[in-house]
Amino acid sequence: MTAIEFPGEPRRRGSNLEKWGWIYMRASGVVLLVLIFGHLFMNLMVGDGIQAIDFGFVGGKWADPFWQWWDVLMLWLALIHGANGMRTLVNDYTNPGTVQKVLKGALFAAAAVLIILGTLVVFTFEPCPAGAPADLLPSFCAA
Amino acid sequence: MSTATLDQAPAAEAPIQSFTVTFLIRRFDPDVDTEPRWQDFDVEMYATDRVLDALHKIKWEQDGSLTFRRSCAHGICGSDAMRINGRNRLACKTLIKDLDISKPIYVEAIKGLPLEKDLIVDMEPFFASFREVQPFLVANSTPEPGKERVQSVANRAIFDDTTKCILCAACTSSCPVFWTDGQYFGPAAIVNAHRFIFDSRDDNAQTRLDILNDKEGVWRCRTTFNCTEACPRGIEVTKAIAEVKQAIMRGKP
Repeated sequence: MTAIEFPGEPRRRGSNLEKWGWIYMRASGVVLLVLIFGHLFMNLMVGDGIQAIDFGFVGGKWADPFWQWWDVLMLWLALIHGANGMRTLVNDYTNPGTVQKVLKGALFAAAAVLIILGTLVVFTFEPCPAGAPADLLPSFCAA
Repeated sequence: MSTATLDQAPAAEAPIQSFTVTFLIRRFDPDVDTEPRWQDFDVEMYATDRVLDALHKIKWEQDGSLTFRRSCAHGICGSDAMRINGRNRLACKTLIKDLDISKPIYVEAIKGLPLEKDLIVDMEPFFASFREVQPFLVANSTPEPGKERVQSVANRAIFDDTTKCILCAACTSSCPVFWTDGQYFGPAAIVNAHRFIFDSRDDNAQTRLDILNDKEGVWRCRTTFNCTEACPRGIEVTKAIAEVKQAIMRGKP
């Protein structure tokens, strides 16, 4: 009978990104509550409500830096929050191996493509395309 | 007639009513079976009997090959955690009267650990996680000669809940995160780390926090509360895990 060896220094397996992932989920969740319900309120309840949503409405919002940043922040936070949540599901329901790597790779790719495209659209959106009927455009588009 | 006598013999006490209870037990004999199979047993039981008594009756009177662990049979040793009607409990603390005996009672081994035979699993991975969190007092101070290390009632109360653990594995084997690959430390190891992390006499909290701030450490907890519901000692396991998370973020207990 031998005594249990005194374990020395703890094993350090990689960095503790998991801690930051966990903190990110908590923090982004709180911010997203405000962003998403603010977004829903502005789009669906203020003024004419849902009837007001058309090209002109969206174009008008994205001409304002405040709403540009609101939407971009919502896009980044929500997609990373969702992708990280899906990653934990993959961790919970698959064993380490090729399948897990493929699933995580697909998640990363999907989130990255959507974030890049979304950011590009929000900041390069042309609210007054040439040659469009004036009644479909935001009010500030001078004919 | 000078002395009063009993005119009638006292009525015989009504016999305590017994019930026939059907048990469906998940059997596995590694020498014969390739897959576990369900086998049913009818046992005559009293309402105040425990599931462990039923297992004894089956083993002693019907099928001696039924294999399970038990030791103290009074909820202290933690040997007989099993999955009864889909919930992890101690067979010695589960009374027949608390179960619905109009239907068969399902008894199977706890999940997430390698099944060895019938209701017995290999507990080694569970104890390996337990050992890894250094579940013993590491004190750098020396108490006064002939004295103990003094601890206030308030300081003791901080970790009182987690001293109650009996290492039965009911919590860890109820955790869906542990079921998948068994890499996660599991609730029981974290509970036992908590017991020393928050002990004012212990000086090694930082090491334990580092160990649990791991890829497979406390951050894998999804707060599903299965562990808290499963604990036969009523330990608030999920709360203890949350307190360890907070301590890791603070960087100290």
